[in-house]
Amino acid sequence: MEAQLQQLKEEVLQKIEASASVKELNDVRVAYLGKKGPITDLLKGMGKLPAEERPKMGALVNVVREEVTTVLEARMTLLQEQAINEQLEKESIDVTLPGRPIKTGNHHPLTRVVEEIEDLFISMGYEIAEGPEVEKDYYNFEALNLPKGHPARDMQDSFYISEDILLRTHTSPVQARTMEAKEGQPIKIICPGKVYRRDNDDATHSHQFTQIEGLVIGENIRMSDLKGTLSIFAKKMFGDDREIRLRPSFFPFTEPSVEMDISCFKCGGDGCNVCKKTGWIEILGAGMVHPNVLEMAGYDSKKLSGFAFGMGPERIAMLKYGVEDIRHFYTNDVRFLSQFHRTEV
Amino acid sequence: MLVSTKWLSEYVNTQGLDPKDLGEKITRAGIEVDAVIDRSHGMTNVVVGYVKEKVKHPEADKLNICQVDVGEETTQIICGAPNVEAGQKVIVARPGAVLPGGMKIKKAKLRGEESNGMICSLQELGIEGRLVSKAYADGIYVLPETAVPGESVLPLLGLDDVVLELGLTPNRSDALSMLGVAYEVGAILSEDMQYPEASYSESNEKASDYLNLKVEAMEENPMYIAKVVKNIQVKESPLWLQHRLMAAGVRPHNNVVDITNYVLMEYGQPLHAFDYDRLETKEIVVRLASEGEKIVTLDDQERTLKSNHLVITNGKEPIAIAGVMGGANSEVHNDTTTVVIESAYFASGSVRQTSKDHNLRSDASARFEKGVDPNRVILAAERAASLLAELAGGEVLAGSVMVDELDKTPAEVVVSPDFINNRLGMKISLEDMTSILTRLKFDYQAANGLLYIKAPTRRQDIKIEEDIIEEIARMYGYDEIPMTLPVEESKPGGLSSYQAKRRQVRAYLEGAGLYQAITYSLTSKEMSQKFALETAPVTELLMPMSEDRSILRQSLIPHLLEAVTYNTARQADTVALYEVGSVFLGETESGLPHEQEHLAAVISGKWLDHSWQGEKKAVDFFVLKGIVEGLMELLGLSKEVVFERTEVDGLHPGRTASIKLAGEEIGLIAQLHPSEQKTRDLKETYVLELNLAKVLNKEVEALYYAPVSKFPSISRDIALVVDSEKATGELQAIIHLSGGRLLKNVHLFDLYEGEKMEPGKKSVAFSLTYFDPERTLTDEEVVNAHNKVLKALAEKAGAELRG
Ligand SMILES: [Zn+2]
Repeated sequence: MEAQLQQLKEEVLQKIEASASVKELNDVRVAYLGKKGPITDLLKGMGKLPAEERPKMGALVNVVREEVTTVLEARMTLLQEQAINEQLEKESIDVTLPGRPIKTGNHHPLTRVVEEIEDLFISMGYEIAEGPEVEKDYYNFEALNLPKGHPARDMQDSFYISEDILLRTHTSPVQARTMEAKEGQPIKIICPGKVYRRDNDDATHSHQFTQIEGLVIGENIRMSDLKGTLSIFAKKMFGDDREIRLRPSFFPFTEPSVEMDISCFKCGGDGCNVCKKTGWIEILGAGMVHPNVLEMAGYDSKKLSGFAFGMGPERIAMLKYGVEDIRHFYTNDVRFLSQFHRTEV
Repeated sequence: MLVSTKWLSEYVNTQGLDPKDLGEKITRAGIEVDAVIDRSHGMTNVVVGYVKEKVKHPEADKLNICQVDVGEETTQIICGAPNVEAGQKVIVARPGAVLPGGMKIKKAKLRGEESNGMICSLQELGIEGRLVSKAYADGIYVLPETAVPGESVLPLLGLDDVVLELGLTPNRSDALSMLGVAYEVGAILSEDMQYPEASYSESNEKASDYLNLKVEAMEENPMYIAKVVKNIQVKESPLWLQHRLMAAGVRPHNNVVDITNYVLMEYGQPLHAFDYDRLETKEIVVRLASEGEKIVTLDDQERTLKSNHLVITNGKEPIAIAGVMGGANSEVHNDTTTVVIESAYFASGSVRQTSKDHNLRSDASARFEKGVDPNRVILAAERAASLLAELAGGEVLAGSVMVDELDKTPAEVVVSPDFINNRLGMKISLEDMTSILTRLKFDYQAANGLLYIKAPTRRQDIKIEEDIIEEIARMYGYDEIPMTLPVEESKPGGLSSYQAKRRQVRAYLEGAGLYQAITYSLTSKEMSQKFALETAPVTELLMPMSEDRSILRQSLIPHLLEAVTYNTARQADTVALYEVGSVFLGETESGLPHEQEHLAAVISGKWLDHSWQGEKKAVDFFVLKGIVEGLMELLGLSKEVVFERTEVDGLHPGRTASIKLAGEEIGLIAQLHPSEQKTRDLKETYVLELNLAKVLNKEVEALYYAPVSKFPSISRDIALVVDSEKATGELQAIIHLSGGRLLKNVHLFDLYEGEKMEPGKKSVAFSLTYFDPERTLTDEEVVNAHNKVLKALAEKAGAELRG
């Protein structure tokens, strides 16, 4: 019987060794260690042995059974590992294949610039005012100290609809309308919008373009307030180390009037092609609201004062993003538009 | 305005400043210097030559072999100019010279003959052809006999000079003269002014013996002075005068014309010279033209006058259009011996209107339009007389004839130093302010804490206190203004609800894959109303620049389609654009068109292209509709929006829906008509236009949270067989209406039309979700509700349950 046990052990160990899969090994387990397997049979057959041999034989069978079980379990672990590895191998993918695209569009670059400016001024307490693109001559010119026949009207050749209606040539009529509506109350607004001038479209001119203007009216608004405000704007839009300088200029609706230059953001002021070797870039026009403009809108120009500024988002976008031709903004070439997708630096 | 710095330094000490630095100072003080032009262009080795001998080139008809004395030697130069002659003093560019434009002069052989340099025209020295006097326009330039061979020509021609090009704003007409610029520079540099000399000896005869003057239009011409100079000799002006004119951008003609132009540039006062003998009548009468009256002007054009045009006449017929251009009949000729010099103040409005009507802009009209200095009218006439005596050998008749009712009182401004400082946010001392006024040569008195200022008449832009603030600030330096922020009641800023929603709409559409486009508002007649949601009388330009940009649009779709065509023609396989912009409809009470903000979108091409995993989708109606539905969801309006079949010109008749919000039409969505697609060279293209203003202004309920229920919902699917043309929207509406309070959601999950169906029938499958937030539903309740739905479907839509 002992020999029979030995033989059985050899046989099982061989079968375990030969099992190539978890399933085969399980079959071996059931076949040899199961309730109907030969080892169980052996234990059952011990009844035929003399009583004094039974304990010895029982121990022997248990030893064999444990030995076999240990080997089987080790083999089982191995086979399971192998099976998982095979599965992982099969499931592996080419991670360099392209992902499922999420296609999104984006703001037009002009909107991007306008919203950036709007948000900056909103954070300083401004509201956004809008007005009609087809305007009365009164709001576009007269209320802004540009009476009929004023020489400065030559600066802006306009698209007239009738003798006193035209496509607005700037967003300033929104200021005039706001002043009229506010009836002497303080004002703090930003006015973005489309404007129109009789220009032939070329690389630097467009008969339709965008403007964004600001207006602040209150008690004791000073020119230094304008300068401080513009400095914040310049740093926010073009970088913290931008400096500004004001140069005297002329606009009929402001007095004094200034143009604002910023130190060149490309060369830092040493001179380059962006700043035409001057170190400075002209960004916007501004000034203290002309008393005639205040009075015409019903403000007491001795008590209240204000400043206004205006700029062209096209110019800002052209400078910021290096766009060389203003017509790009109105051609809507997707190869152009889609470049304004990403975040800024 | 072109300002020769050499010429300028005759009137004001420019302190030896480098012209670039001077330009920078002028710019910073308020007049922008657009360019600093070195007239020498860095030329060297360009000298005076004396042509000793000229013989024809044996091998070339048009060439001459010249022996030229260039000072240190006599050298041979081949010259092709038709006007070269022996005995002339000429401009010679010697070997080694580099001419403007980069031409390098080298020794060369021309058809076998040696040439050691080049005899030059003025154009070759960088002077614009339009400025070269007619005598030398097509050949070399001949220098005066006094020129010394071998000496540099640069000082002789005034090319050792730097010109500042001023970009003048309309208010600074005072700087349209050398004297005006000198005042400005004097103020900047704290230097005094030197006026030009105007002295001559007068003849025994009196101007008034020669000439009668009558002004019949005092409003248009409040001041007129005429001087008479006789025995003049019309000839070429001296070189210094010619090159100053050229530096100022004026072409020299003859001494008389040149002198009037010179004084114009110097004083900013336009002058005109008449040939006295050609006047015929010894009379000058200034009056308004009669309607239809004619005059032939100096440019040989016959011009028809209107009754508001001011003319100078000889008492019978016009001899000049006042302030704009002289007449040919009274022009100064080479044989002229007596001239009448006119100096006048013509009202700006009158000159502007006249020059506009005749489309004639001149240096003179530009100055009159902006207003000349009333106090220089006489001075300029005197200066011209003095130059005519000096340079044309003229005899100036005593006195002048004059009419003068011009108000020459300076503008008075009273301002307090505190007001100036308050407006600037500065603390400039009274001493600093008065010192600036002194530099500016403004008369002032400081008394009672106020400044009483009389602005000089040349500065017609100074009228009010704020003008003085600007003068003080720009002279003190804008760099000195501190940076502060408005001190005021603190108020939050922000977007209006409309503006905030519009931004969300943009972000949503971009998230959905559309790029924002901006197209032109002006369009053609043909496009103005195409695809429009609503049409009304159009808004048309009075004077369009082209037919394509003549009318304001009533739909955004046409220009967006142009953008799609543009992109498609450039190989874009997918184009998805949207635009937010106004359309212009009819006329409101105020006379302005009704501006309505619209949203439009176009999509064409592939919607999704993820082919390697088998996902691919071309754009179709439902892609765009899904975007609209999502948008309405975003705005909380989806329950009130319905889509209805409709037909619109230019759109696919079977694939067009009008979008209704609470019963009102607010938009359309459609496929472009295949024939429209074809003319535009487009594949299937879908368009959307929404009245955005209506959508964003629609009131919505406040956003209020509904508790998330602990109870489960129950779903029931139904498959229906209905007539093919039955709209699924109608079925869905029936389900919603009949489902009762427990029916929470209806979802279409299958649609089948084809072989397996009876002809004319289709199968539609919905999944219905029943739900009560308060409790778990019983089967019985669901069955009851569901049966009502089925019954309604059968009754109202003839729908049969599919087995
Ligand atoms: Zn730079």
